[in-house]
Amino acid sequence: MTHHPNTAETGWLHSVETGAAVDGPGLRFVYFMSGCLFRCLYCHNPDTWQPHGGRAVTLDEAVAEVAPYAGFLRMAGGVTVSGGEPLMQAPFVGALLRRLKDEFGLHTALDTQGYLGTKADDRWLDAVDLVLLDIKHADPEQYERITARPLQPTLDFAHRLVALGKPIWLRYVLVPGLTDAAPDVERLADIAASLGPVVQRVEVLPFHQMGAGKWRALGLDYRLADTPTPSPEQVQHARGIFAARGLLAT
Amino acid sequence: MNAISEVTLPLDAWRGFAGQGWQQRIDVRDFIQANYTPFMGDAGFLAGPTARTTALWARLGELLQAERAKGVLDVSADRPSSILAHEPGYIDRESELIVGLQTDAPLKRAIMPNGGLRMVENGLEAYGFKPDLAVREVWTKYRKSHNQGVFDVYSPDIVAARKSGIVTGLPDAYGRGRIIGDYRRVALYGTDALRKDRQRAFHELDNAVFTEDVIRLREELSEQFRALDELREMAARYGCDVSRPAATGREAVQWTYLAYLAAVKEQNGAAMSIGRISTFLDIYLQRDIAEGRLTEETAQELIDDMVIKLRIVRFLRTPEYDQLFSGDPTWVTESIGGIGEDGRPLVTKSSFRFLQTLYNLGPAPEPNLTVLWSTSLPQGFKDYCAKVSIDTSAIQYESDDRMRPFWGDDYGIACCVSAMRIGKQMQFFGARANLAKAMLYAINGGVDEKSGLRVAEGFEPITGDVLDYDEVVGKLDGMMDWLARTYVKALNCIHYMHDKYAYERIEMALHDRDILRTMACGIAGLSVAADSLSAIRHAKVSVVRNEQGLAVDYRIEGDYPAYGNNDDRADSIAVWLAERFMEKVKAQPHFYRASMPTQSVLTITSNVVYGKKTGNTPDGRRAGEPFAPGANPMNGRDVKGFVAAGASVAKIPYECALDGISWTASATPDALGHTADDRVRNLSNCLDGFAGAGGFHVNINVFNRDTLLQAMEHPELYPQLTVRVSGYAVNFVKLTREQQLDVISRTFHATA
Repeated sequence: MTHHPNTAETGWLHSVETGAAVDGPGLRFVYFMSGCLFRCLYCHNPDTWQPHGGRAVTLDEAVAEVAPYAGFLRMAGGVTVSGGEPLMQAPFVGALLRRLKDEFGLHTALDTQGYLGTKADDRWLDAVDLVLLDIKHADPEQYERITARPLQPTLDFAHRLVALGKPIWLRYVLVPGLTDAAPDVERLADIAASLGPVVQRVEVLPFHQMGAGKWRALGLDYRLADTPTPSPEQVQHARGIFAARGLLAT
Repeated sequence: MNAISEVTLPLDAWRGFAGQGWQQRIDVRDFIQANYTPFMGDAGFLAGPTARTTALWARLGELLQAERAKGVLDVSADRPSSILAHEPGYIDRESELIVGLQTDAPLKRAIMPNGGLRMVENGLEAYGFKPDLAVREVWTKYRKSHNQGVFDVYSPDIVAARKSGIVTGLPDAYGRGRIIGDYRRVALYGTDALRKDRQRAFHELDNAVFTEDVIRLREELSEQFRALDELREMAARYGCDVSRPAATGREAVQWTYLAYLAAVKEQNGAAMSIGRISTFLDIYLQRDIAEGRLTEETAQELIDDMVIKLRIVRFLRTPEYDQLFSGDPTWVTESIGGIGEDGRPLVTKSSFRFLQTLYNLGPAPEPNLTVLWSTSLPQGFKDYCAKVSIDTSAIQYESDDRMRPFWGDDYGIACCVSAMRIGKQMQFFGARANLAKAMLYAINGGVDEKSGLRVAEGFEPITGDVLDYDEVVGKLDGMMDWLARTYVKALNCIHYMHDKYAYERIEMALHDRDILRTMACGIAGLSVAADSLSAIRHAKVSVVRNEQGLAVDYRIEGDYPAYGNNDDRADSIAVWLAERFMEKVKAQPHFYRASMPTQSVLTITSNVVYGKKTGNTPDGRRAGEPFAPGANPMNGRDVKGFVAAGASVAKIPYECALDGISWTASATPDALGHTADDRVRNLSNCLDGFAGAGGFHVNINVFNRDTLLQAMEHPELYPQLTVRVSGYAVNFVKLTREQQLDVISRTFHATA
C-alpha cells in the first residue's frame, strides 16, 4: 500500500454515509476520515483508528462524493466530517470544508473530540458552521483512563470556540459504570453551562453494543462486552441534569 | 336517529354542487375538480375515535384473534359467491354506521371457483374445511374455470418455464385483480343513471360490424347491466336505495363502499384496490358539516367505520399462494393526496382523516394507504404523513410528480405501484419474470441450474472458465428474447381465459365502455442480475461446474461496485437490464385485446420464493437466498446509506417501467433524528429528496430490529405490528418464519 502523506491534497477516507440524521442538524452527508489517536473503551468505530485504513482520496475526489447530493443537502441538512478523528488530517479536512462551503454553499459540521484543536487555526475554522464536540468525561483522571490522553486540550479548544463565537453541539456518550455517575454528569454540565450560549445543544448518546462486532473482527480486546446499554430512564435523568442548567439536551 | 331524519327530509342529492360537465356525462373527475376544497393546514383539527368506534373495533378484535389462531375463521363453502349469494351480515347491527359484509358473517370467507376449483378445494382443506360436493360436481361436470381454460392452451415451453420458476406467480389459477372500479360513480349518480348510460353505450353498437370484438363487448355490457341490477338489489337488502345518488356524507360513504363490496363479493382478485375516494368523499362530508349534519367527530367516525370494513375483506387462498404473497393481503389500496393538473393540491381534510384511522384503530396493513407524494404538497400534510410513517410504518409513497404527466390527476394505484386512470383504464396483471435466473440460463445454454433439465431450446452454454462480460451480455440478450416471448405468450392465454371464464362484471360496469388496457409484465432479481454483471465486468468471476458440466457456482476474485451506492458503474447495468427487457417485451408480435405492454420492478414478498428457485449467482449470492425485494439493492450491499441507495433506485427510468418501481427502506427511529420534530422533518425532507431525484415509490419502515425479533418470539403481543414490504403492508406476525427472517435481514439504516 502506498503511504500518501496527509496533505491538503490527499487524505484517507474510511467511508461515507449519505443519509445520516444524527450527526448535526437535518440530514447529513458524513465523511468518516481514517485515523484516531484515542482508543476509547466504548468506541463504536474502531475500524477507523488506522491512519491509513480505507482509501486514499484526492481533494477533488472527496469533493466529488458530495456533488450528486448538494441540492438535496442544501434543503435538508449539510455535510459533517467525522471519523476517526478528522483533525488527524487537519490540512486535508480544512481544504475540504473550504471547498464544500465555497462550491456548494453547504452547512458544515466538524465532529471531533477536540484534543488536536490547535491544528485548526481560526481561518481553518471559518469554513466550519458547527462543531460537534465530544467530551468523553469531565474528570481529568477518568478522561485519561477512557482515552489514554489528557482532557485539558479539549477544554482549551472549547474555550477557543467560545472566543470565536462558534456554535457547539456538545456530545456525551453515556456508558453505564463508566460515565453515568451523577456527579460526573453534573460536572460536565457545569462546564457546558460555563461555555455560554455557543453551546446550542447537548446530545446525550446512550452507549450501544453495535460496535462490538467490529472489535472482534479486528482481533481487539473489547472490554465492555458485558456493559449494559443505559435504560431510557437513565438517559432521561442525564439529560435532566443538563436541562436543569438551562441547556437544550436531546 | 340520523337515519330517520335522512329518510324524512327530501334532500336534493346535488344541492350546492358546482359545475356542469359532470351533470351531463359520467365524469367523477370533473365533479371533484368543480367542488373540492384543498386543505392547506396541519393535523390539529382531527378527532379521535368515538366510544362507539372503539367498542366496535374491540368486538372485531376478538374475532381477529380467533382468526389468527385458526388461519381462516370460517368459510361459506356451500355456495359460490356472487353479488347476491349471501344474506346481509353484520358485526353489530345496532352500532354499525356503514354496513355490508362479503358473506353473512364477519371474517367468513366466500369461495369463488370461477378462478379455479382446485384453488378453492386446496384452500378449504388446508384450513380444515370440507369441499362441497355439489360445488365440485358443477365445476367438474357443467362449468369450466379460468384455470382449466388456461391449461387447455398453454404450450410446453410455457409449462416448463412456469415449473422451473423463471416465470412465477402468474394469475392462471387465481383471480388477476388489479382492476379498480370507479366505485364513486355509484355515490354520485346512483345505479339507475349508470345503467341508462351503459344501455346507451350498448345500443351505439347496434349497427356496428359484428366482429368477435364487438360481440364480446356486447356480451360484456349485458353482464354489466345485470351486475348493476344485482348491486342495487344487494344494497336494498341492507336498506340502502343506491338506484339514486347519495344525498348525504353518510350515504356517499355507504354507496361507495357497497359498490366496492359487490366487487369483493364476486372476485377473488390478487389485488382489489378501492381507488381514490378520500377527496371525493370529502366534498360530501364538508357539505354535511356546513349544513350541521355532521361534526368533525362524526365525519371521522364514518371514515373509521368504513375503514373497519375495508380491514376485514378476506379471500380464501392456499398456503402456496400465501408463500408468494404472504400475510393474507387483499391490497385494498386507497390513493391519497397528489396535485391537480391546475396546480391545486388534491389534499383535503379527508386525506388526513383516512391516515388518522391508523391512530383511531391502530396500525394495520389494510387498506393499503398510499400517499401520492409531490414536492408541492402542503407542508402540514407532508409533516403528518411523516409522523404517521414514523409511528405506524403503515403507509407507502409514490411520486405524483412522476405519474401525473402520464395518467392525469384522477388515477389510482392498483395493488402496490400500478397507476391507472380511474374508470378509464385497467391492466392485465402479469406477475413477473426472473432476470437473475435468465442470466444463469444464458450461462448454461437454457438448462436449469437446479433441475439440470433443458427449459429454453436452441441455446449454447458458455464454456470458458472465466466469465467474459461481453459474452455473458450477448447470451443474456438472446435469453431475454426467449423469456419475453414465452412470458407474453402465457399472459395472452391467461387474460383471454380470464375474460371468458371469470369476467369482472361489476368492476367493468364502473368503467367507461372504451378503456386503455395495459399488459403489465414485471421483472424480479434486478439487483442480483445487475450485481452479477458488475462482478463479471469489474472483478474476476470463475465458473465452478458439476460433473454434468453445468455451471453451479462462481468464484469471485476482487471487489466490484454494487448497485445501490449511486455508482454509475453498477447502476447503469441495472438501468440497461430494465430498459432492455422492456424492449424485448415490446417487440412481441401480439398483445391480447391490443393492450399496451408495460412492466414493473416489483416482487411483493415473492422475492423469497424467487430466491429459493434460483441457484448460486455470479454476484456471490448463495443458492436459495432471497432476492432483494422489488428494485432494492441486495441486502447489505448498499453501504453508503439510504440517500445513495435511493439515488440508485431513482435511476431506473419510469418510462421503461410504467407499471411501477418499488423500493423498500427501513430505518430505526434513532437513525431519523434525536427528537420527534427532527424525525418528522428529516423524513419529510428525505421524501422530497427522493421524489426530486425522480424516485418513484418507497415504503417507509421505522422500527428497531429488536422489536421484530421480539414479535417473532411473542406474536401474541404484537397483533397489529405492521411492516411495509414491497408495495404493500403486512401484519408481521402473519408472515412465514422465512419471510420474517428476510424482513429482519434487510438493510437497516441505523446509527452506528
